[in-house]
Amino acid sequence: MATAPVVLRASGRVAVRQAVSRASAYLFLGASLVGVFVLFLLAYETISTGAGRLSWDFISNYPSRFAERAGLRSSAIGSIWVLGLTVVMSLPIAIGTAIWIEEFAPQNKFLTIVKLNLANLAGVPSIIYGVLGLAVFSRFFGFGSTIMAGGFTVSLMILPMTVIASQEAIRQVPSSIRDGALALGASQWQTVWYHVLPGAAPGIITGIILAVSRAAGETAALIMIGAFTFIAFDNTSPNEDFTTIPIQIYNWTIRPQEAFRQNAAAAIIVLMVAVLSLNLLAAVIRERFRRS
Amino acid sequence: MSVVSEPLHTGNVHGALRRRPFSRWNETVIKALLAACATISLVTTFAIIFVLGEESVAFFREVSLPDFFLKTRWRPLAGNPSFGIWELVAGTVNVVIWSLVIAVPIGLASAIYLSEYAQKRTRNILKPLLEALAGVPTVVYAYFALNFVTLDILRPALGNDVPIFNALAASVMLAVMILPTIASISEDAMSSVPRDLREAAYGLGATKLEVAIRVVLPAALSGVIASILLAVARVVGETMIVAIAAGSTPNLTLWPLSTIQTMTGFMLQVGLGDAARGTVDYQSLFAVGSVLFVITLLFNIAATWFVGRFREVYV
Amino acid sequence: MEEEGPMVQLKSPRLNEVDLQETKPEEPAVLANPAVVTPNAITDPPEEAVFSISELSLWYGHKQALGDVTFKIPVNRVTALIGPSGCGKSTLIRCLNRMNDLIPGVRTIGVVSYHGQDVYAPDIDPVEVRRRIGMVFQKPNPFPKTIYENVAFGAKVNGYKGNMNELVEQSLRQAALWTEVKDELKKSGLALSGGQQQRLCIARALAVQPDVILMDEPCSALDPIATLKIEDLIRELVKDYTIVIVTHNMQQAARVSDYTAFMLSDDRGVGRLIEYSPATDVFTNPKDKRTEDYITGRFG
Repeated sequence: MATAPVVLRASGRVAVRQAVSRASAYLFLGASLVGVFVLFLLAYETISTGAGRLSWDFISNYPSRFAERAGLRSSAIGSIWVLGLTVVMSLPIAIGTAIWIEEFAPQNKFLTIVKLNLANLAGVPSIIYGVLGLAVFSRFFGFGSTIMAGGFTVSLMILPMTVIASQEAIRQVPSSIRDGALALGASQWQTVWYHVLPGAAPGIITGIILAVSRAAGETAALIMIGAFTFIAFDNTSPNEDFTTIPIQIYNWTIRPQEAFRQNAAAAIIVLMVAVLSLNLLAAVIRERFRRS
Repeated sequence: MSVVSEPLHTGNVHGALRRRPFSRWNETVIKALLAACATISLVTTFAIIFVLGEESVAFFREVSLPDFFLKTRWRPLAGNPSFGIWELVAGTVNVVIWSLVIAVPIGLASAIYLSEYAQKRTRNILKPLLEALAGVPTVVYAYFALNFVTLDILRPALGNDVPIFNALAASVMLAVMILPTIASISEDAMSSVPRDLREAAYGLGATKLEVAIRVVLPAALSGVIASILLAVARVVGETMIVAIAAGSTPNLTLWPLSTIQTMTGFMLQVGLGDAARGTVDYQSLFAVGSVLFVITLLFNIAATWFVGRFREVYV
Repeated sequence: MEEEGPMVQLKSPRLNEVDLQETKPEEPAVLANPAVVTPNAITDPPEEAVFSISELSLWYGHKQALGDVTFKIPVNRVTALIGPSGCGKSTLIRCLNRMNDLIPGVRTIGVVSYHGQDVYAPDIDPVEVRRRIGMVFQKPNPFPKTIYENVAFGAKVNGYKGNMNELVEQSLRQAALWTEVKDELKKSGLALSGGQQQRLCIARALAVQPDVILMDEPCSALDPIATLKIEDLIRELVKDYTIVIVTHNMQQAARVSDYTAFMLSDDRGVGRLIEYSPATDVFTNPKDKRTEDYITGRFG
């Protein structure tokens, strides 16, 4: 009696299941491209609406009631001031906190609370930081709506993410390096200063750049401390009122005139170029030091 | 010349080795400074709680707790003001629901593709692209929600009855904003599911789709839930997209095509206004802020708990 | 047979903080009557003692790793610590320069007397201790800096004010590395071969002018030729320094050491000193049967 030949090709219900599985791959691929697609759509829309508006005048003009004359000058300068102040204020504190957590802190309840607290702070909405800034820096300390208030507020906002990124970078330094330094009679701080920090520097810098990129796009927190104002001068001191590019974008977006929509789109192009450049810089630094 | 500060003579060993109280004083100072840095983060949390609490207490002297939590109309500036939080909460819930409805299926499908189907090279390109979405400033999404989604899509498609400020436009862009959160964390969770589970299923004749949906997804469930909880927290806390695109009219509805106001939208409105200290308007900012703070805190804690559960099982 | 046991992943998250590098066993060599000490198995060397260790015990958290170790380490001699994987030899050597202090949850009792002074006394500064007692590790760990900076680092942080160039050259000569690198002092320390890196680590330890050098399996990551170079170096250095070396290679111990200490884990995993005598005695005429079994390869 002949045995039935073995058939390995799927048939019947199995074939259907296989076909469904193969088809679903395309579905899933499509899903993962949705985000990218939206990003391209967004880029297309803003560039087609706003590219025409980009000009030297646009960058060097102050805002105005007349859309054609309005520009980014004061908001760009304000953004740079706030970001500069933010970096100066938050960098040392973030690095100091990370070093303390990873290298010096005794393993006790206090340390656990600090770590838990940082993780929670990272998830607090930015508008709450704005409310904090309003009550503490604007009102209580009397900084009003100045760059100082803005700088303090945004520094606190990016502190948790910068600490966590710095912690990661410090942890990447191999413990054999620490052992080697300590065995030579170096103190803990000498070991950190001469070996751990230099080793962690690329990761820390990457973390800072990403945090600055986040701060550059921040709107709500700064509106809360009063930066939604008409600024028609160049900032020369941190005690002055200010506005930023994202707030200017908000300002133009909520106006119904088509011309202001173009202004908003043009400003978005400028902001996105800045944000993308920062992210690219961070990625390049990360890659370059991963290899060495 | 000796390297070491005090050469060792057999009679002087104790002197050479003992701690000198001031020789490393700068080390002690540095340690104190570092610990002070760490305390700043604690102080920040205390400050947030104090600030929110102080003005909320003042608020609740003017507005009774039952009024706040049981009434449904939020009309702080009316002649006969009403401070029922539910209208604002409804606005927030509205956008949360619709953004999840859009983002969860797409995010999970992306995660499944990246973890189960994609080649390493594809994954190395797609994952960073997806994460780039997370770096876009929200005011840019807000612009897009108002101009492109409402003006260029919804109105042409559904007619000019669609309010210019509507929850749907905001929800669409919120969904784009949280897509990387859901996709990335779910993908991490799915990739951590051990190979043996998949191979057991394949060995029983399951197709790739069946393995992904019926084996990997359930196994990674805690991680997936964590990603969704985190996404909810982000949507609840998001301000610009809802303030610009969803409206500033409190509205007790979950219908996506209505104009609404979320908790964050209201807070921004107060920030843009001129509310003087000591007025109920100013204090309402903090009362709503307290509710917002507590909600996001709870969701973040829940997400962390789920991540912990996932790590326990698989890592 | 010469391989060290694999590192163990601890289940308890608390103990995972413990940085156990090469010391925890998967299966400690278990013997009957483990804590029994053969009389006269531990001898006192006639030379002056640099270290006098008495009743030294150590715990990692709740787990005891060393039990009542007592012996003396003589000056200007090579003392080798041998024994199977996980018997506590690395833990013991790291007690001598208080490197174990760096591991959270570590507790030591007993006395480690260095030139008559207990290094664990409460008023003693571990940093000063480590300046006098240098250490070379199993896997060469030069800093990611130039050769010059590697050697100069220890002296720099100790506030050396003399001629650094001379000190660097002198240390590299003592470590038998000078001729190979003298024209390339600006090259990265990581660009050297394994054996050269280890000699660089020895040079940088020598630059601090210690009087004792501890070596924790210095050759186990090196090829045979590099190993022989280091062994020759050890026999040269011992004229000026006291050297304590941990090794799992018995032939190396026989070649290089003047005194040999044999350790073993008892049935509860606690490391104990079984025998300590001049090397020739340990390898030709061991007093304890367990030493003999280990030497002849019956276990380990």
